Amino acid sequence: MNFSVEIGGLKLRNPVMTASGTFGYGEEYSEFVDLNRLGAVVVKGLSLAPKEGNPPPRIVETAAGMLNAIGLQNIGIERFIKESLPFLRGFDTPVVANFFGDSVNEYAEAARRLNDAEGIGALEMNISCPNKEAGWRVFGTDPGETSTVVRAVRKATRLPLIVKLSPNVTDIASIARVAEDAGADAVSLINTITGMAIDIRTRRPKLANITGGLSGPAVKPVALRMVWEVYRAVKIPVVGMGGIMDAADALEFILAGATAVGVGTANFINPAATLDIIEGMEAFMREQGLQDIGELRGKLEV
Amino acid sequence: MSRYFRAEIAENRPLGKDYGILTFAPSETAVEPEAGQFYMIGRCAGKNGVSLIPVSCRDLRDPLLKRPFSFFRKTRTGYQILYRIKGKWTAMMRDMKQGSSLHVLGPLGNSYPPLPKGHTPVIVGGGLGIASVFSLAEKFAGSAYIFYGTRTTEELVMLDELKGFAKRLLISTDDGSCGAKGCITDMIRNFGGEDPAGMYTLYACGPRAMMAALDSIAKERGMKGYVSLEENMACGIGACLGCVVKTVTGHQRVCKEGPVFDIGEVLW
Repeated sequence: MNFSVEIGGLKLRNPVMTASGTFGYGEEYSEFVDLNRLGAVVVKGLSLAPKEGNPPPRIVETAAGMLNAIGLQNIGIERFIKESLPFLRGFDTPVVANFFGDSVNEYAEAARRLNDAEGIGALEMNISCPNKEAGWRVFGTDPGETSTVVRAVRKATRLPLIVKLSPNVTDIASIARVAEDAGADAVSLINTITGMAIDIRTRRPKLANITGGLSGPAVKPVALRMVWEVYRAVKIPVVGMGGIMDAADALEFILAGATAVGVGTANFINPAATLDIIEGMEAFMREQGLQDIGELRGKLEV
Repeated sequence: MSRYFRAEIAENRPLGKDYGILTFAPSETAVEPEAGQFYMIGRCAGKNGVSLIPVSCRDLRDPLLKRPFSFFRKTRTGYQILYRIKGKWTAMMRDMKQGSSLHVLGPLGNSYPPLPKGHTPVIVGGGLGIASVFSLAEKFAGSAYIFYGTRTTEELVMLDELKGFAKRLLISTDDGSCGAKGCITDMIRNFGGEDPAGMYTLYACGPRAMMAALDSIAKERGMKGYVSLEENMACGIGACLGCVVKTVTGHQRVCKEGPVFDIGEVLW
């Protein structure tokens, strides 16, 4: 049975990756998950300089989901390379470095630094960030900004480049096409959906940042629809994510066209969720008599 | 030994006004908790393996996240947590029956540091905060001053046990229905004790305002102190960065660097 997949040149032993921001730098979960069994470890989003993030409260649970406004707190690329990457190099699993910036130059410089580090298999760029040089417009919600920043990063790295798309757009397929034309090797989606929650007694937002990103089972139908739209719009592989809690959820994404999947919020509920999902997908393939996970990819019948 | 296990509810009984004590028995050898540590507890559909697709969170998507609970006490039948029925999750917890299953992650976080040599412990519990300091009080076995404050008499729990653990138990309620009327921090402010102030170490858990007031008392009187903090959290193991608090050294995670912090390091 062939469970391996390829994402823009990056070979994975199975299609299950972790979603950035939900798995720390891998070490936090190593007590509960044999990292050698994962398709890939996607680390918490990195920036050139460390970031303090938003004030608390940063998390609130909503119906079948959660809002987060962490504010991209991270230790910065240099510390990541020095302190976190050596641990991850001890495993035979590709590391995908998620990164972001607040200007085109910062993205490109971050990509260069990560490109030169030993032990990174691919880059995933988070384009759901505002551009300080373009009136704080969010890169990923503007086709022009998306094209510029992806082109700049493309020139800065030879590593497989995954562009993580924002769902907070009217037509995600058109942004995916722009990313493909600008040199992306793959796209991943969805990032969180912007949302809010309010305390009616204090009349204040439940998050200090007022708004946050919605994730968990609540977003899965939206994510699935977007993966389906993007799959039909681009030729590059799609990494599907958004509310995947179990193997059945993951298989839905594969049928909608995803080559690989990202498991995010589920890690918080069950630290071994990734392994349960891998086992469940394999069991399903055996049950269906399938030889290759590729036999399911995009096989949604309409 | 694993810190992520399935556990059976050995006992779940109501206590006082809107409180409950739940005892869980791990299905495998568990790591021994220390006073100050906590567990992330989630519901569990039952034993795994009922379906072809092993799904650990099936049908358990709302409420979604596990919830953090302080380790309360160890008994013959298992480990206890003390909870207050406050929202959807804890209302469900109240109705959980003996014999049903939980997913438990823990013990997590750090614990209360040891008492400095020659010091007398002063334990402060505000409301449900008593849950975090209870096993510490038990450990100090008669040597600690225990201050315990709640809003009303009905919220005071486990008084006989606390009396047994304490060198002295001092109680306050907001409405004066038991003990002194007012804030527990006022009692501590006026507390003389028998030793010079510098020889007391505070161990406290309670509402934020209480702990902030304790910080200023500790500073005024040159006392050492430790507080256990709470924040909304998702993972409990340092990954989501949801539970940070502001400290003199920047954002620190309640679940990892905490929940116990040096009282002087927290920015209230």
